[in-house]
Amino acid sequence: MMASETLAPKIIALPGASWPGAPVQDVQAQAPAQDFSLFLRRDPAGQAEMAFAVEGIDCAACIDEIEDGCEALPGIARARLNYTTHRLTIGWEAKAEPAPARVLEALAKAGYRAWPFEADRLEEIDNATSRHLLRCLGVAGFAAMNIMLLSVSVWSGNVTDITPETRDFFHWLSALIALPAAAYAGQPFFQSALRALKARSLNMDVPITLGVLLALSVSVYETLHHAEHAYFDSAVMLLFFLLAGRYLDHAMRRRTRAEAGNLAALKAVSANRIEADGRLVTVPAAAVKPGDEVMLRAGERAPVDGMVLSGTASVDESLVTGETLPRQVGVGGTVHAGSLIHDGVLRLRTTAAGEDTFLDEIERLLDKASTARGRYVRLADRAARLYAPMVHTTALLALIGWLIAGASLHQAVLIAVAVLIITCPCALALAVPAVQVVAAGTLMRAGVLINSGDTFERLAEIDTVAFDKTGTLTLPDPSLSDSSHVPAPLLAVAARLALASTHPLARAIAAAHPDALPLAEVREVPGAGVEAEIDGVSARLGSPAFCGCEALAAARADAAPDASLVAVRLGEACAVLEIRQALRSDARAVIDELRDAGLTIVLLSGDRRAAVAPVAAQLGIKEWWAQMRPGDKIAVLESLDAKGHGGKGHGVLMVGDGINDAPSLASAHVSLSPISAADVTRAQADAVFLGEKLAPVAIALKVARRARHLMRQNLMIAVVYNLIAVPLAVAGYVTPLVAALAMSGSSIIVTLNALRARQGGRAATGAAPEGKEVAA
Amino acid sequence: MSVLLYLVPAALSLGLLGLVAFLWTLRSGQYDDIEGAAVRVLSDDDLRAPPDGGTGQRDRPV
Repeated sequence: MMASETLAPKIIALPGASWPGAPVQDVQAQAPAQDFSLFLRRDPAGQAEMAFAVEGIDCAACIDEIEDGCEALPGIARARLNYTTHRLTIGWEAKAEPAPARVLEALAKAGYRAWPFEADRLEEIDNATSRHLLRCLGVAGFAAMNIMLLSVSVWSGNVTDITPETRDFFHWLSALIALPAAAYAGQPFFQSALRALKARSLNMDVPITLGVLLALSVSVYETLHHAEHAYFDSAVMLLFFLLAGRYLDHAMRRRTRAEAGNLAALKAVSANRIEADGRLVTVPAAAVKPGDEVMLRAGERAPVDGMVLSGTASVDESLVTGETLPRQVGVGGTVHAGSLIHDGVLRLRTTAAGEDTFLDEIERLLDKASTARGRYVRLADRAARLYAPMVHTTALLALIGWLIAGASLHQAVLIAVAVLIITCPCALALAVPAVQVVAAGTLMRAGVLINSGDTFERLAEIDTVAFDKTGTLTLPDPSLSDSSHVPAPLLAVAARLALASTHPLARAIAAAHPDALPLAEVREVPGAGVEAEIDGVSARLGSPAFCGCEALAAARADAAPDASLVAVRLGEACAVLEIRQALRSDARAVIDELRDAGLTIVLLSGDRRAAVAPVAAQLGIKEWWAQMRPGDKIAVLESLDAKGHGGKGHGVLMVGDGINDAPSLASAHVSLSPISAADVTRAQADAVFLGEKLAPVAIALKVARRARHLMRQNLMIAVVYNLIAVPLAVAGYVTPLVAALAMSGSSIIVTLNALRARQGGRAATGAAPEGKEVAA
Repeated sequence: MSVLLYLVPAALSLGLLGLVAFLWTLRSGQYDDIEGAAVRVLSDDDLRAPPDGGTGQRDRPV
C-alpha cells in the first residue's frame, strides 16, 4: 500500500459512525456518497419521510431552531420534533428529491448531532398497545363517571324517597353504559386471562375477569328483579383502576425503550460498501449483505464479519473477546464484527452480516442461557398464584356457608359476588407496577434504563456482583496515562501530530489535549505513524521503532505491561507515552460501596493475566479470573450462583459490555451493561447505564432494594385491606357504596406509598451522567 | 320526574361528548409528545415575522 500524502488536517472521525470520511487511498479519493434509502419511508402520494434521533436538545428554543432550520431547506414540507423522545421527523414535498444529508448538515451547523433513525418493530407494537390501553382507559373512565352519577342518585334515593320505577330506570341506564363499556375496556384482561387459562396457569387477570363478569351478570339479574342494589359501578370502576395501573406500567417501559432506541441509533454502525462500479457508498450496516465488499479504515469498527481481500491492519478485538492487545490480520484473515481497526486499510468480503455475526460459540451459549432463564417467577405472579385460588375458595365457602345457614340461593350468590368484587385485586394489581413506574423514573434520571419490570426484584435478590474488565470497569476507549515524566513541549507536539491521525491511540492523545492546534502539513506513514516539520524541526509520532527510541520503550514496557506505548520525537528529544484503558473515575469508590453493602465482588475477564492483575489489585478485588472464554464465564457464574445466599442460589449480578459477555449476561440472575456495549450484549442486559461513571450500578442496586421493599409493603397493605374487607363481605355488609369506597381507598393508599420509591435515587442525582454523550 | 326525560340524556350526551373528544385527541397524536407541548407554549413562533429571525443563538432558560 502506498503512503498517503495528507495535506489538510483531517476531521477526526467517530469510530463506526463516520459519515464524513478521511481520504481513502486505493478506492477513491473523495468522501463516499451516503445512502439513506433504508431509512426513507414513502407514502402512496409519493411523499418521502424520514426520522432522525437528535442529540443535545435541552430547551424550548431548540425546538424552533431545529424545526425552522430544517424547514428553510429546499424541498422540505414539514419538520416536526418530538421533544419527549428527541426524534425529528422530516417530510419532503412530493416532487422533491429527499436529501437527508443536507438535513444532517443543517443540524450539525446548528450544533446538534443527529443520526437517521428507524423505529424497530417492537417499539411500534408497543406504541399500538399503549394507545389501545389509553383508549380502554378513556372508555372505562367515561363509563365509571356516568354510572357513578346514576349510582349516587340511587344510593341517596334508597334512604329517602326514590320510587322503584325510577330506580329500575337508573339501573337499566347503568347497564346500558356498563355492558358495552366493560366489553370494550375489559379486553386487555379478558385476553390475558384466556391465554393464561389456555396455558393451564393462573395470573392476576383470571380473578379480575371472573369478578367483572360475575358482577355484571348478577347486576343484570338483580335489575331484572327490581332489587335495591346493582354492582355496575363497582365492575367498571374496577376496570378503570386496573387499566390505570397497566397503562402506567406500559408507559414506563415505552419511555425507557424509546430512550434506549435513540442511543442505539446514535451509535449505529455504518459501513463503507464498495459498489460494483468501484464507487464507495456509506450505508447503514443493516443494509450490507453477505458477499458485499466493504472498506475499513483506521479508527473504524468492522460492521460485519468478513474475510480480508486486500490490505493489512492491526485490529483491536477488545469488544469481541476482551483481549486488549491488538492482533495483526492480512490477506485471507478474518475480521469479526465489532473489531476496531487500529491502522491500515482493509478491503473485506462480507461473510456474515446483521444478526448472523455472532461467533458460533456465543450463539450456542446464548441459546442455552435464554432457555434456562425463563423459569423466574415475578413477585406479582407469585402473589397471584397464591391469591387467585384463595379468593375463589373464600367466595365459594361464603356461598356454601350462607346456604347452610339457611339463606336463599339468591342471597348467598349475592354475598359470594360481593366477596369476589371486594377482593378483586385493585390494590394488588397496582401494588407492583406503581412502584416499578416510580423506581424506573428515578433510575432514568440517574442514567439507568430498565429493560423489563422484574429487573428490580431480581436486582434486589443478588449477593454477588461479577464485573467484566474491559469497557466495564475501564472506560471503553483507551486514554493517555499519567504523563508527568514527559517534557511539556514533547507532549504538545504529540497532541498536535495526533490530531492528524485516526488511529485510536492517537485519538486518545488528542483527547487528552483538546486545545492543541492542528498542523498544516502532516505526512502519514501507514503502520508506523505520522510526521511533520515544526519550525524546521522534524517531529514524529508513532511506534517506538518509527521514532527511533526502542531502548526507552523497552524499559517502560517492563514497568507497564498492560499499556500500549506510543513514541514521540521532536528533533533529538524523545519520549514514550503510555496509553491504557483507564478505570472509570469512580470505580474504586463504587466497588467499596458495594462491598460495604455486603456484596461479594468478583472480576471475570477475557484479557491476559498481566492486564487483569493490576486492575484487580487497584480495586481490591480478591477473586478474579483472567483469559476466560465465554463458556468459562458462565461456568464461574453458575458456581457463584449456586453458592449464593448460603447455598440457596440466585445471587449474581453480571456487569459486562463485550460480545463475549453476552452469554454470561443472559445466564446471570440479572445483568447490567454500559451503553457503549456491543448491540448483542446490550440486548441481553436487563438494564443499560449511561455515562462515564460506574456509579449507576450502585444506584440501581440501591433503588432496586428500596423498590422491592415498597412492593412488599404494598402487597402487605393489600393483604391487610383484604383482612378487613373480606369478613365484612362474608358477613353480608358490603353494599355497592362500601365496595366503591374500599376499592378506591386502597388503590390510592398503594399508589401514594409507591411514590416513596423516588427517595432512593435522590442522593444519586448528583452522580447522574453529565451528558448522554457516548463515544462508541 | 319528567325532568329526568331531558336531564338524563343531557348528562349522557355531555359525557359521550367528552369521550369522543378524548378519543379524537388520542387519534390526532396529542399525547405523543407531552413534554414538547409543555415547552412549545413558550415559543414565540407566532410573533416572529421574518423567517431568518429564529437563527440567533440559543437562549437557555435557567
